[in-house]
Amino acid sequence: MTVDIGWTGLVLAFVLVAVAIALSWWQRLALERSLVWASVRALVQLLLVGVALRFVLDADGSIAWAWVWVLLMIVFASFTVRVRAREVPGLWPLAIASFGAAAVVSLGVLFGLGVFALEARTLIPMAGLVVGNSMAATVLVSRRVFEELRDKRDEVEARLALGASSADAARPYVRAALRTALIPQIEATKAVGLVFLPGAMTGLILAGVDPLDAVQVQVAVMYLILGSVATTTVVIALGVSRRLFTTDHRLVRIDRPAA
Amino acid sequence: MTVVAGPSGSGKSTLLRLCNRLERPSSGRIWFRGVEIDELDPMALRRRVGMVFQRPTPFGGTVIENLRVADPEIDEPAAGALLTRVGLDATFIGRAAHELSSGEAQRLCLARTLATDPEVLLMDEPTSSVDSRSRAVLEDLARELAVGGVAVVWVTHDMRQLRRLADNVVVMVGGRIAHTGPPESVERDASAAVRAFVAESEGGDE
Repeated sequence: MTVDIGWTGLVLAFVLVAVAIALSWWQRLALERSLVWASVRALVQLLLVGVALRFVLDADGSIAWAWVWVLLMIVFASFTVRVRAREVPGLWPLAIASFGAAAVVSLGVLFGLGVFALEARTLIPMAGLVVGNSMAATVLVSRRVFEELRDKRDEVEARLALGASSADAARPYVRAALRTALIPQIEATKAVGLVFLPGAMTGLILAGVDPLDAVQVQVAVMYLILGSVATTTVVIALGVSRRLFTTDHRLVRIDRPAA
Repeated sequence: MTVVAGPSGSGKSTLLRLCNRLERPSSGRIWFRGVEIDELDPMALRRRVGMVFQRPTPFGGTVIENLRVADPEIDEPAAGALLTRVGLDATFIGRAAHELSSGEAQRLCLARTLATDPEVLLMDEPTSSVDSRSRAVLEDLARELAVGGVAVVWVTHDMRQLRRLADNVVVMVGGRIAHTGPPESVERDASAAVRAFVAESEGGDE
């Protein structure tokens, strides 16, 4: 029942890239080189990952290498977050902490309650879902908290001047940032199935699994993503907010980027 | 009531912000009632040393929700009474704070600060962006509070306001205190810096 397209199938699928290239050439989009580069890069990257995964999964049932993989994933994702929200100070350690917290919470629940059996084959994809899906929300929320506290400095200081702690003074702005980051995730969860078939389910159905079994896995995955996004964003929002105050409840000076 | 005057950029606001610890001094020390303020809990200090800022800073939500940031326990009659003190009608309670005019918002900010029952009131050019009626309300209430025993420190760069309000005057120029004394002594000060400030300020249009 399994699907195996083989190398021939892969080469034939490349015909679709050729279609895209032809269209780009016909409409003079000048995107031919980018199309080739992106397609080749995706192929090479995924092949490397596939080879590495095969090695990790074959490692005589030991999942030590899988944990190393998860760790590297978290470090790399945190680095990406830091690069994409460069203006926010001290973001790298905060991002590592938030991805770490999400991994502990969501993997702890899924494996701890025995929803999935803990093995290299389940650990790596699950951790990948946690980190991969939280990345965009993490970037969004850390920038949002930073900008809110910078742009509403007058209000924040007025709250401090009324005797609020830095956590209390920041709370309305942190809350607004978190809502902005979480609402799209909730909307996507609501629309699932109606608009598009999510990746995990598509993959399972293609691989010959019964659709209802695929749905069960997919729903568990969606809950995993929701839980992870909530955890990472809350940790990073509180972390960024904390970094912008001194221990004696003053808001630090935030220089605006030169306009 | 002490009025702190001086040209813009002379450090008046910084002086106020040092008093409620929104800034910390790079050198020197500040005492409040015999205790160095570094030894006081900053949150407790700020409730005793209230501040109204130059630009009105209404928070999101209704007027009473704004007052509840300062005093979570405040009930509607007490909130109405506070509003009346700043010349706003008690029916303002349910209005959205962001929809108030600049002058109304600034009076709400003063009411909000008074909800913490401060012993010292720092007023950082509170009338620079408000209508004349709001200005009169803020000035009168500040005078009344000063008479009632609240230490009021009012920052301005307007000589006429200084004469209306001050019992004592501190003139700052270039980050330093250039003059202290009763209001009528300011114009007699012979130093070039103070005379330049007075001359420029009298030409002001408030």
